[in-house]
Amino acid sequence: MEFLLSSAVGLLTAAGVYLVLRARTWPVVLGLALLSYATNVFLFATGRLVLNRPPVISPEALAYTDPLPQALVLTAIVISFAMTAVIVVMALRSFLESGSDHVDGEDQPVPAENRESTEGRA
Amino acid sequence: MSLALIVILPFLGAILPALMIRAGRNACATSTFTVTLLAFLLLMTHAPAVFRGEVLQARWEWIPQLGLNVNFFLDGLGFFFASLILGIGLLIITYARFYLAKEDPMGSFYSYLLLFQGAMVGIVLSDNILLLLIFWELTSLSSFLLIGYWKHLPEGRQGARMALTVTGAGGLSMIAGMLILGHIAGSYDLSVILQHKEAIQASPLYLPALLLILGGCFTKSAQFPFHFWLPHAMAAPTPVSAYLHSATMVKAGLFLMARLWPVLAGTDEWFYLVATTGLITMLIGAWIALFKDDLKGLLAFSTVSHLGLITFLLGLGSPMAAVAAVFHILNHATFKAALFMNAGIVDHETGTRDIRKLGGLMTLMPIAGTLATIAAASMAGLPLLNGFLSKEMMLEEAAHTAWLGNDWIVPALATLAACFSVAYSFRYIVHVYFGKPAGETPRHPHDPPFGLWGPPALLVVLVVLIGLFPATVAGPLVATVAGAVIGSPLPDYHLAIWHGLTPALGMSAIAVAVGLGLLAGYLKVRKLWSAGPHPEAKAMFQAVIAAAVSVAQKITHGLHNGSLQRHLAFAIGAAVVVGFGAFAAASHAPGQRELLPAAPVAIVVWLLLVGATIALVALHRQRLVSLIAIGVIGMVVSLAFVYLSAPDLALTQISVEVVTVILMLLALNFLPKETPVESSGGRRLRDGLIAALAGIGVGGAAWAMTTRDAATLSGYYLEQSVPGGGGTNVVNVILVDFRGFDTFGEIIVLGIAALTIYALLDGATRGAVGRKLAAWVPDQARSADRHPLMLVVATRVMLPLALMVGAFIFLRGHNVPGGGFIAGLVVAIALIMQYMASGYSWAAQRMKVDYHALIGIGVLIAAATGIVSWLADYPFLTSAFDHFHLPIIGEFELASAMAFDTGVFLTVVGAVMLALANLSRIGGLTETPVPNEGPMEPDLSATHPREH
Repeated sequence: MEFLLSSAVGLLTAAGVYLVLRARTWPVVLGLALLSYATNVFLFATGRLVLNRPPVISPEALAYTDPLPQALVLTAIVISFAMTAVIVVMALRSFLESGSDHVDGEDQPVPAENRESTEGRA
Repeated sequence: MSLALIVILPFLGAILPALMIRAGRNACATSTFTVTLLAFLLLMTHAPAVFRGEVLQARWEWIPQLGLNVNFFLDGLGFFFASLILGIGLLIITYARFYLAKEDPMGSFYSYLLLFQGAMVGIVLSDNILLLLIFWELTSLSSFLLIGYWKHLPEGRQGARMALTVTGAGGLSMIAGMLILGHIAGSYDLSVILQHKEAIQASPLYLPALLLILGGCFTKSAQFPFHFWLPHAMAAPTPVSAYLHSATMVKAGLFLMARLWPVLAGTDEWFYLVATTGLITMLIGAWIALFKDDLKGLLAFSTVSHLGLITFLLGLGSPMAAVAAVFHILNHATFKAALFMNAGIVDHETGTRDIRKLGGLMTLMPIAGTLATIAAASMAGLPLLNGFLSKEMMLEEAAHTAWLGNDWIVPALATLAACFSVAYSFRYIVHVYFGKPAGETPRHPHDPPFGLWGPPALLVVLVVLIGLFPATVAGPLVATVAGAVIGSPLPDYHLAIWHGLTPALGMSAIAVAVGLGLLAGYLKVRKLWSAGPHPEAKAMFQAVIAAAVSVAQKITHGLHNGSLQRHLAFAIGAAVVVGFGAFAAASHAPGQRELLPAAPVAIVVWLLLVGATIALVALHRQRLVSLIAIGVIGMVVSLAFVYLSAPDLALTQISVEVVTVILMLLALNFLPKETPVESSGGRRLRDGLIAALAGIGVGGAAWAMTTRDAATLSGYYLEQSVPGGGGTNVVNVILVDFRGFDTFGEIIVLGIAALTIYALLDGATRGAVGRKLAAWVPDQARSADRHPLMLVVATRVMLPLALMVGAFIFLRGHNVPGGGFIAGLVVAIALIMQYMASGYSWAAQRMKVDYHALIGIGVLIAAATGIVSWLADYPFLTSAFDHFHLPIIGEFELASAMAFDTGVFLTVVGAVMLALANLSRIGGLTETPVPNEGPMEPDLSATHPREH
């Protein structure tokens, strides 16, 4: 189980980093979302992996998992949503202002062989 | 208390001149004078105790954890310097009132002066070396303001920058040195450090500490090779030069060397570093001073030379030399301040400071001329004046000093420096006040008003009195101060004019003879000097600074040329390198924790995640498809949380997932639906490599972490959740109770993010972008059925249910998974569904809630919950709970944390709705009139126009 989680975190990070390094805003947004997942799961895993022991106090429970990382990650999820939302809206505003969704706010020359894929844009 | 008051008064008073300037220049100067006088008188009340040899202390704790305390102490040395600073300060303030021109802003001048004065007094009275460092830096800053006071002069600005750079860099070195010193002594209090001579000198860190501290002292006191800033600082108004360069700023380095003399001096390192530097500075300064044509330039290099003299004496390390050093500090302060003010008078009266244009002024301004002659003669070291006495003592010490086994080199160089000193001092007298006038000066000179010649006259009286009756006038002071410097019984010495036929007297005689000879053949000597090399310090300094700037620019522009991609690649690449570096340095033993078995269902879900992630990367150019992939990934993460005992996280993740996907969809309405292929293969390979390394690193770290056991502090939360927080859901209790302050911060951040989004979107509805939106042509075909009936009905039916679920999740949150965050998201989803199904205008008309206000109210409720605990004398956000009984409903519990959670809930709803509703609003702007205005309505477009 630990391997599954660790490899998943690694994969999400790698995919996130790759997308963040792209030239258009949309993949960067996707990449940031993936990095948020990876980070949140990683933080959550600092409490170690435990099955069927939610941190809800009850007389029947024998033991509990570590509640602190969960509390931290819960707010982290909400804050990463806020961050993603701000980035998305910034990407949108930048596109509306400049007519380009390049991360630097202006179009780089597009190689001729790829030009047809940009034609659908407004 | 009154000790601290002496330091604080100038700082407090610094605001007075700025205010009083409205009442006129006299009021401004008087208020400054009064503040300084008060501080001076306060200091004088301690004089009897200081002369009895007492050490006064005043201590307050500031940051005791760092050893940083506001400790002041007053002994002979501190008293001496403080009286110089405040006493000469009084004269300078008077003088400046008459010196400054009408157009000079006097209020700011006096404010800067008082700031500087307070910083200087702070240095000399600090007991704590960290506190001393703070004042040390303050003098650098305030002197920068003073030197650059004439902002319109480029020389003033350049001189101020140079002084700040050099003394500031020295200050940094000083900080490091002081920290080492405090580390060795085990305390940052000077009074403790001064007791640890043996430990400090035996420490292997002694030499680094010494070098660093001397770095600070030498830069501040303009010792070779850092002497170059001082002459350039002469671009300041003359009162500033007189104050900074005779009595205060440049003496700070000397003060510190004297202060630390008991623990640092007496070693070979000290002798060779300090005495040699002092001797070289004394010689070079005097030599250059001889050829300066600017009166202030001459005095500046003369100051450099005299500072070198004092440094040399301190460097000798013998008690007798220390007495001489103290005595010369006093003498130099008196005659040099008088001469600076005199140079100001000449400048003021004739309009020039160029010696070549001056001459014969004695007949025109006899008072100033007489004063200058006496002061300069003292500087030359002529008998019956105070400069003679301390110079004799210096020569006497030099005569007995061997350098690397060589007996004659130190006395010879000291005598040579004395020759130059005589020559330039007499040049000041002869070339300015005697001989024939060199020509018409810009203004016709006459003696200045009393305000200008009074202060130097007072100093000249001192020069003569000390010169005639040294033991009576200066004896007690020198004894007290020298006792404080040496820290042990004073050597046997006499302050007297006549010591018999000593070697020093002979050296003095040679100096006067040779010096006068040099002046007589000045033109020849000058020719000799002109033939030699003249390294221009300013050009070298500027070249060094320019080189540093250009290297910094190359690095910065190389790392970041404006491209986000390059910037991120460097940032992430650097993180990867640092991470792997740490990994390489750590141990690589496998973890010992017992692993969880991987259930088949877990493997399936894992495969789903891997597939979705690969699909996302492979298909990210098709943006709508990528949204599906990201939704799948979010779902898997939620499932993982459920599976791994984190129900709260799973609930939060899944609701956030829904909101995120809606948000992205709304944005994608405008953004291009496809990403063009732009990156070259090489670029993609590079990014892939960085990504793979980052992934391996983070994955490896996760693996290393989850396969090891770790101590946790959660036991406390689990134990205290029910008795302390009144809830069984520990995660929620942590959020709203134990770490409520964190959560309070989080909801504020969330609110700010929502307002940012609002600002970004609201701005897009106006101006050029607004027109662009209004003329928007959708790039995809729109569904003919804008408000699908099934969706509309379903969302409306579900709204009360969803709200009920939200309320339920909220209420139960304290005890079972749920709470304000999740409930807020659920309610927001329910509401946003109405926008999606029925359109923005329909939903906005019915939902008359101001989301801004909702955010504000939420934060305020949370804050109020916290503040209520103040009323009960508990810290912010202390929670309380109790059990109540109501008929029908029965026993229930009410916790103040519930109110806090309400604040969280409202903020989350407000923030999410503000973001999403505004995104749909700009979506509404682009819509062309449609057949049916609202959902489930007949097509009325023909009969009444659509509202906007």
